[in-house]
Amino acid sequence: MNDVTLTINGKPVSGVTEPRVTLLDYLRDVAGLKGTHAGCEHGVCGACTVLIDGIAVRSCLMLAVQAEGVDITTIEGIGGSGAHAGELGVIQDAFCETHGLQCGYCTPGMILTAEALLSVNIDPTEHEVREAISGNICRCTGYVQIVEAILLAAKRLGQRNDAATSDTTVA
Amino acid sequence: MKPVRFDYKRPATIDEACGLLASDDNARILAGGQSLIPMLSMRLSRPSLLIDIAHIPELTALVETETHIEIGAMVRQAVAQKSELVKMHIPLLAKALGYVGHPPTRARGTVGGSVAHADPSAEIALVAATLGAEITYRVEGADEVFDASDFFIGPMLTIAPPTGCLTRLSFAKAPVVCGTGFHEVAPRKSDYALASAAAQINFTAGSGVTSIHLGVGSVGDFPERLDVDLLCGTPLDDAAITDAVHAAMQMVETVEDLHATAAYRKRVATELAIRALRDARDEISKDLNQ
Amino acid sequence: MSEQKYKFLSTPRRPVEDRRFVAGRGKFIADLDRPNMLHVAPLASHYAAAVINGIDASAALAMPGVVDVITGAELAAAVEPLMNGLNTPNVRRFPLAVDRVRYAGEWVCAVVAESRALAEDALEKIIVDATPQPFILDAEAALLETSAPVHPEHGSNLLLDRKFVWGPVDDDFEAAAHSLSFSVTWGRNSTVPIETFGVLAEWNGWDQMLDIWASIQMPKYADQIARSLNLPSNAIRVHYDVDVGGSYGVKRGIKHSVLVGYIARKLGCPVRLIEDRLENMRAGDAHGPERKFDITIAFDQDGTVRSMKMRALDNAGAYAGRAPFQLGKPISAIVGPYQINSVAYHALSVTTNKTVQEAVRGFGQAPTNYAIETAMDRVAEYLGMDRLALRQKNLIREDQFPYLIPSGSYYDSGDYHAVIDKVLAAADYPAMLAERDRLRDAGMMAGIGIAACLEPSGGNSSFEPLLNESNQTSTWMESCQVNIDALGKVTARIHTTSSGQGHETLVSTVLGEVMQIDPELIRITRPNSLESLPGNSPVGSRMAIMLGGAAARAGEKLKAKIMAIAAHRLGVAIDQLRYEGGDVLAHDGRCLGWDEMVELAHRQYHNLPDGMDPGLASFDIMQVPTGDALPVNDKVQMYPCYSFEFHLLLVSFDPIIGRPDIHSYFIGHDCGTVINPAIVSGMTYGGIAHGIGAALFEEFAYDANGQLLTQSFLDYLMPSSHEVPAIQIVKHCTPSPHTVFGQKGSGESGYLGAPAAVSGAINDAVSGLGIHFEKLPIRMSAISDAIAAKTS
Repeated sequence: MNDVTLTINGKPVSGVTEPRVTLLDYLRDVAGLKGTHAGCEHGVCGACTVLIDGIAVRSCLMLAVQAEGVDITTIEGIGGSGAHAGELGVIQDAFCETHGLQCGYCTPGMILTAEALLSVNIDPTEHEVREAISGNICRCTGYVQIVEAILLAAKRLGQRNDAATSDTTVA
Repeated sequence: MKPVRFDYKRPATIDEACGLLASDDNARILAGGQSLIPMLSMRLSRPSLLIDIAHIPELTALVETETHIEIGAMVRQAVAQKSELVKMHIPLLAKALGYVGHPPTRARGTVGGSVAHADPSAEIALVAATLGAEITYRVEGADEVFDASDFFIGPMLTIAPPTGCLTRLSFAKAPVVCGTGFHEVAPRKSDYALASAAAQINFTAGSGVTSIHLGVGSVGDFPERLDVDLLCGTPLDDAAITDAVHAAMQMVETVEDLHATAAYRKRVATELAIRALRDARDEISKDLNQ
Repeated sequence: MSEQKYKFLSTPRRPVEDRRFVAGRGKFIADLDRPNMLHVAPLASHYAAAVINGIDASAALAMPGVVDVITGAELAAAVEPLMNGLNTPNVRRFPLAVDRVRYAGEWVCAVVAESRALAEDALEKIIVDATPQPFILDAEAALLETSAPVHPEHGSNLLLDRKFVWGPVDDDFEAAAHSLSFSVTWGRNSTVPIETFGVLAEWNGWDQMLDIWASIQMPKYADQIARSLNLPSNAIRVHYDVDVGGSYGVKRGIKHSVLVGYIARKLGCPVRLIEDRLENMRAGDAHGPERKFDITIAFDQDGTVRSMKMRALDNAGAYAGRAPFQLGKPISAIVGPYQINSVAYHALSVTTNKTVQEAVRGFGQAPTNYAIETAMDRVAEYLGMDRLALRQKNLIREDQFPYLIPSGSYYDSGDYHAVIDKVLAAADYPAMLAERDRLRDAGMMAGIGIAACLEPSGGNSSFEPLLNESNQTSTWMESCQVNIDALGKVTARIHTTSSGQGHETLVSTVLGEVMQIDPELIRITRPNSLESLPGNSPVGSRMAIMLGGAAARAGEKLKAKIMAIAAHRLGVAIDQLRYEGGDVLAHDGRCLGWDEMVELAHRQYHNLPDGMDPGLASFDIMQVPTGDALPVNDKVQMYPCYSFEFHLLLVSFDPIIGRPDIHSYFIGHDCGTVINPAIVSGMTYGGIAHGIGAALFEEFAYDANGQLLTQSFLDYLMPSSHEVPAIQIVKHCTPSPHTVFGQKGSGESGYLGAPAAVSGAINDAVSGLGIHFEKLPIRMSAISDAIAAKTS
C-alpha cells in the first residue's frame, strides 16, 4: 500500500492506495468524486477524461501513484460549488442550451475535453472541434448537438473576452 | 478489469531503474502507460513490479547535436509533436505524430514507450525503422545502441536486452533538401492502422538524391523497411515509383484478421507506399527538376 | 392541430435533466455505495460448449477479503429459471451455467468479495473441471436435425418456426410480370451503451424487503425478479430514482439482478455487480439480432411491387432471451411504407453456442427495413428504373390513411411523398447527383443512399400472443400521478427509469401545456416500484405516446376538478367558465385564482361541492391506443402510431482504400407533434450514428472456435465524431389521430433507416461494377477486395 496525496480541483486529497489502483478508481472510490465515469477501462471511450495541468487525459490509463505533483481537474471542479452550487460554467451552460447530451454518462469527459480545447484554441473550426472530441465516444447524441455546444461556448467565451478587453481599454 | 497486484518504485536515476529491472525478472518499465495500462487492466500483463521512469530528468531531454536530434525516452508524444526541433529536423516524424492515438493519449504517451512496446502498427516505430534511427538502451551501467531497422522482429517483440531500459532515440537530422510522405489507413481515424507507409527522400545539391527511405507498417508482424535504392539517380517519375514499390512489396507478408484481409493489407500498403514516395518527391520537385 | 398553437409543446426548451449531468451529478449505479457493500465478479467459461464436471473454489475462498463463491448448482436449487417468452420450458436459463456451458464467456460461478479487485484476484484461483462438447455457431446449420442441440432437453435448436401468409401471395406472384430473389445478412451488433449494466441489491431481513437499484430499461423487471427469487412481489422495491447511462433497448439485466438479489439475501448485506466491459461484451445483454433474410419479390414492369416472400432466420444465441420476439415486432410494418398487397413471412429463431441475443433499439425493425429497402433497390436495378421513382410509385399515399397492411395493422397517418419532396428540396437533389457524378469522374467511387421506412411506435405486446398463443396478454399501459400541494406547487411521478430520453422534460412539458403552467415549475419525481402504478418502461418508442398520454389525462382530471371547484365557488355552470393559466374565469369577469382554489381544495372542505374529496391529486393508467384485441387468424393491430423517416446521403470512397466518407446526410422525419424539439432531434442524430456503426463498423464476430473476436472497444469499433457527419433534419408533421397532441414516437428514429441508407449508398457506388454487398457491416477491406476482384 502506498500513501498518496493528489491535488484534485485545487485541494489536496490524501489516501492510502495500492499501486494497481487507477486514477479513475482513486477519484471515485477514495476521493469520493463520482462525476468521472468508467466506460471501458482500457482507454478507448474517453468517459474517464480528466484534466492534468489543464490537458485532457484518460484517467483509466493512469495509476493514482503516477498522479502526484500535478493538478487534477474533474467535472466537480467546473462550475459552482459550495455556496455557488447550481451555477453552471460557460461550457456546461452551452451543453444545456444545445442539449449536447442525453444520458449524461460521457458528458463529464466531453465537457473537460472541451475545456482543454478552448483553453488553447478560443475560436476552433467545426473540424477542430470534431478532432478534439474524436477520442470521446458518445452513443446517444451522434455528436451533432455536442459540436454545436462547443462552438456556442467558444463564441460566448470569445464575447466575454472581448467585453473584458474593451472594459479595460475604456478605463 | 482491475490489474493484478504489483509494487511500484520511482527511481531517480537510470542506473537505479536498471538495477530494479535486474533484481526482478517480472519487473516492467512504466513510461507513459498508454499501452501498458490497458494490458494491465485486462491482466494480459502481470508484472510484480512497475518501475516508473517519469522522474528521471535526463529522459525528458530533447536535444540537438551537430548531426542528430536526440529524443529522451520519456519525451511525451505531444511534446515531440509541438517541438520546433522535430518539425525542422525530423519532418517525417512530425508528420507521423499526428496519427498516433488521440490527443489525450499523446499527452501521456512517450516516444520511447511506443518504440519499446513495438506494436506492429506503431507509427513512431515505423518512422524509426524507416530512417534507421539509433535506439539506445542502458544495460548494467553501459549503453547499447541498436539500429531501428533491425530492432523489431515480431509483434511486440524486439531485440532489446530484457534487463535494459530504453533511454533515447536518435534521428539523423534531415538534410536541408528533403521530402517526406506519411500515409495511414484505419477504419476510424486513430484506430490501429490497417496499413501505413513512411517515405523520405534526401537530396544534396550537386549530388542529387542521396538516399531514399521507405517503410511499411501495420501489415505484418513488425514495421519493415523496403529497399527502393534503385530509384536513386532516376527522375523519380510515377511509373518508376510504382514499379519499384511493387517489386519491393513482393516479399512482404501481410496478416489477416477481422478488420482486413491479407490481400487488402498488401494492396493498400503498396498504394500508400507509392503515395508516400510521390509526396516526398513532390516536396522536392523544384530541386529535382534543376 | 397545428404546432403553432402550443405554448410549451414544440417550443425550444432546455431539457431539465441536463443540469445535473453537465455537473457530473447523475446518479448512476456505480456511484451508489452502501455500508458494508460487497462486490461480485463472475467467472467466464472459455469453452463454447462444455459439460461442467466440478468447480473447486477452495483456494479462492481462502483468500483474504473473499466472502463467498456461488455456483450454478447452488443457484439452480434456490431460484426459478428466468422467464421465457415462448413456450419452450426445456430451454432453462439461470444467471450462472448449470451443468453445462453453452457459450464462450458464459458465467460459471461468481465470487463475492470486499472489493472488485479482490474478487478478480480470486477468480484466477477457481478451478473448473469441464469437458468440451461439440458446438454450433451457424444458424443454418442449427436448423438441421443433425445439429448438436444447445439444450438437449429441448430436442433441437429450433426456438421458433412460424409461417404467416397474409393476403393472396400465390395469386399475386402468378399475376406479376417479374420476380427476383436475393439474400442479405444483418451482422450481429448492438447499441452498446458507454455505461455497462450494474445492479445493487440489499436485503433487510427485519422488513423482509429486497431493495434494488439497477441500470435498467426493462418491462416487468420487478415481477421477474420476484418470480425467480420466490419472493412476494411486494417484497421487492426497485428504486427508479437512478440514472441509466444509455440503454437503447439493451439493459434488461434480469440474470444479473437475480444473481445479485440471491446473494444479497444469502449474505444479508448489500451486494453490487457492475459488469466490466469484457463481461458486458461477451456475456452481458450486449448482443442484438443476427439475421439472414431470403427474399423473393414480385413486381410488374411498371415497378408496382405486388407481393413479398420473406424468410428471416435469426441466431438467438445460447438461450431464448428476447430474440424470438424481435422477429415478431417487425410484423407491425412488414411492408414498410409501401402498398405491397400480400406477404408470406417465415420467422425462424434458433439456438447456437453464441452469446444470448437481447433486445435492441427497434426490436428487429432496423434489420427488417434493411431487407425491405434492399429489395426496393434490387427491383429498381432489375427494371433499370430510378430508385427514388420506384419508391415514390409504391409508397402509400397520404389520402389512403388509415392504411391497413396485410398483417393486420393500421398505419395511422402520414404523408410520405411530402416528406420526400421536402428532403429533395433541402438537399438540392440534382446538385447531389451532379456531385456524385463529379466524384466519379475524378476517379472515386461515389453513391447515393436512399431509404424510406417507418418507426412503429407506442409499444404493444401483441407480437407475444401472436408468436405464443398461450400468452394471452393485451395490456400495455403507462401511468402518471400528479399532485398539487397545499402551497400550490405541482409534482408529478413517473414510474420508470430513464436512460437519456428526457422523460422528466416530457412530462413537465405535457403537464405544463395541459394545465397552462410553466413547465419549469413542475417537479418530477421517480418513486420506487412499490409506490408506482403500472407501467411498461420506455421500450417500443412508446413514452411520448404513453407517458405523455397518461400525464395529459391526469392533468385533464385535475383541470376538471378545478373547474368543478370554481363552478361551485362562483355559483356558475361549468360551461360558463374558462380555464386560463391556472385561473378560472367566469363570463362576468369574476375569477377564481390559483392560490384561492388551492386553499379551497386543501383547507376549506366546507366550500367544496358535495361529495368532492379534498386535495388536488389525480392519477391515470392508460392502455395503449388500439390495443384491445388478441390476434385473430394470424393478424393483429400492433403499435398504434407510425412515424416516418426518409434518408438521403452521398458517400464516396477511394476504390483501393475503400473507406467510405459521408459527404452529406439528410433525413426527413415525421413523428407527428413534437413535444421537445431538441430531445427529438438529438435522438435522431444518435440513431443515425448507431446506424452508421451497424452499416460500416460494428459486429460481434466469432472465430471458428466459438470465441468472440470483438471483446473490447479495440475491436468493436463505434463511430466517433469523425465518422458521423453533420446531419440535416428536415421536419414534417402528420399528427396521429390516436394521441392527445398528435404525437408519435421517435426513440428509434434514425437507427431504423440509416443502415439501409448507408448500405444502399455503397451499393450504388459499386453498382457499375456489378457488385452487391449483402452483409452488414460492410468493411473497407470487403469493399476494396470486391473492387479489386472485378477490376483486375
